[in-house]
Amino acid sequence: MLHIKCPHCGMRSQNEFSYGGDATVKRPELNKEISDQDWDNFVYNRKSLRGKHLELWQHLSGCRQWIKVERDTVTHEIFKTMKANEDVS
Amino acid sequence: MQKYSIFNLIKNAFSNHENWDLAWKDPTPKKEYDVVIIGGGGHGLATAYYLAKEHNITNVAIIEKGWIGGGNVGRNTTIIRSNYMHDDNALFSEFGMDLWRRMSQDLNYNVMFSPRGIINLAHSDAQMNTYARRGNSMRLNGIDAELLSREQVKEIIPMADFSENVRFPIFGGLMQPSAGTARHDAVAWGYARQADSMGVDIIQNCEVTGFDVSGGKIEGVRTSRGDIKVKKIGLCVAGSTNVLADKLNMTLPVETHLLQACVSEPVKPVLDRVVTFGAGHFYISQSDKGEMVMGGDLDGYNSYAQRGNLPTLQHVLTEGIAMMPFLSKLKMLRTWGGIMDMSMDGSPIIDKTHIEGLYLNCGWCYGGFKATPASGWTFAHTIAQNKVHKLNAGYSLSRFNTGHLLDEKGLGTKTWIS
Repeated sequence: MLHIKCPHCGMRSQNEFSYGGDATVKRPELNKEISDQDWDNFVYNRKSLRGKHLELWQHLSGCRQWIKVERDTVTHEIFKTMKANEDVS
Repeated sequence: MQKYSIFNLIKNAFSNHENWDLAWKDPTPKKEYDVVIIGGGGHGLATAYYLAKEHNITNVAIIEKGWIGGGNVGRNTTIIRSNYMHDDNALFSEFGMDLWRRMSQDLNYNVMFSPRGIINLAHSDAQMNTYARRGNSMRLNGIDAELLSREQVKEIIPMADFSENVRFPIFGGLMQPSAGTARHDAVAWGYARQADSMGVDIIQNCEVTGFDVSGGKIEGVRTSRGDIKVKKIGLCVAGSTNVLADKLNMTLPVETHLLQACVSEPVKPVLDRVVTFGAGHFYISQSDKGEMVMGGDLDGYNSYAQRGNLPTLQHVLTEGIAMMPFLSKLKMLRTWGGIMDMSMDGSPIIDKTHIEGLYLNCGWCYGGFKATPASGWTFAHTIAQNKVHKLNAGYSLSRFNTGHLLDEKGLGTKTWIS
C-alpha cells in the first residue's frame, strides 16, 4: 500500500487517489503551429523512467485536487509531493 | 541433440536419469554475431528459433540480463486465444494458434497445450450484442466462436453465480472453443533447447550497457560480458523496453506497468475452461495441479518493481468472488507480479526502426504469452528479410504518428489507465 501525502489533506492511503501519469509532459501551445511529431510526443511517447519519476495523481476520494508526486518506480519510495502548480526545486 | 521420447526415457531410467544431455549450453559471448536478440524471454527465444529454422541464420546470440524465462514468460496466466475483432489482431493470433497446436511436436518438448476453450461472460444485453459482433468478425476470419446463452453458460460453468439478484447477472457469453492454456516455462525451455541445438548462443547473466550506433546504423552492442560486433539487433525486452530505448535516445509509445497474478491452494477439478468476467477485469482457469490461476488489472501506476501491491489484488479478487462465490473459501497460495510494456493503443509493435539494423518487438500489454510463437515467427522474418511480414504490418511503430491505431477495445489511448 502506498501512502501519499496530499499537500492539502496530509498523509492518506493510495486507495483515495487515482493516477494521472507523467507530470513532465507539456501540451503544445494551442496558437502555435506544431508538427505531427510534437503532437505524437505529447499524446503517446513517454520516457517511463526507471527510478525517480515525477507524476500526477488526483486525490479523488478526498479534496479532488490534482497533485504532483515524485516517486521511485523501482522501490515505490515517495520522495516528495507538491501542489499541481508547484515545481520540484 | 538427444531426442525426448519414451525410449530415451526408459533407457535413461537404467542410469537413474543422471546421463541426460544439458538442454542448452552456457557459452561465453563471441566477438561477433550476425544477429543479437536482446531478451531471453519467450519472444526472444522464439525469435532465435525461427531465425535458425525458417531463415537459416544460426550465428545468433540471445543476451539475457537474468536467466531465460525468468521474466513475463514465467509470470503469466498461460492463456492462449485469438478472440480478436480487428483483422490485424485476429489473423496474427490465429496464425499463432496454428503454431501452438504443433508446438510440442515441433520443439520435441511437451508444452502441455490444452485447448480447453475460453468463455468471456456478458452481463448485459448490450454486451451480448458486442460479443455477437466480435464473434461474427472472428468467424469471418476463420476463427471458431460461439455465442452462448445464459443456460448454455450455466451448463458449462455451474459454479458461477447464477442467482437472480446479483449486481452483474450473467446474460451469456462468447466462447472460443479452440483457445486454451499451455505450460509457460516449457515454452521458454522448449524454444531455448531447439535454438541452442541449431547453434544459437544463449548468454545469461549478461546485461546490455549500451549500443554502438554510427551513421544511423547499428554497429554493435556493449554488455557486462564484453562488446559484441553485430549489424542486426532485435530488441525483445518487454517491461525494460523504455530503459534500453533511452540508451538509443528513442522515446516510445510504451509505458512500463505492473501486472499481478495469483494462484489459490490446489483443489479438485472444478473448472475446465478459461473464464473472464465481463463487468470488470478478471480471468481464471484451473492448472493441472488444481490451483485456481487468476489475474486482472494493472497496479495502475508506472512500476518496474516486479512485485505487486495489495489494493489491486483485493480489487481483482473481489471481482472473482462476484463471479464465482466459492473462491472466497480458498486460501491464496502465491501472488507475483511482472512488468508489462503497455502500448498506447493496447496493441503490440513489431517493426523496423529509424536506426538501420535495430528491430523492435514490444507493447504486448496483457497478451504477450499467447503471442509467443507468432511474435517470434514474424519478428524473425522482419529481422532476416529486413521488411515486415503482412501478418505484423498492422503492428507498425509509425501508426501512432499517422493515426492508424489498432484500438481493439475502441476505448482510445491509454486504455489501461483506470
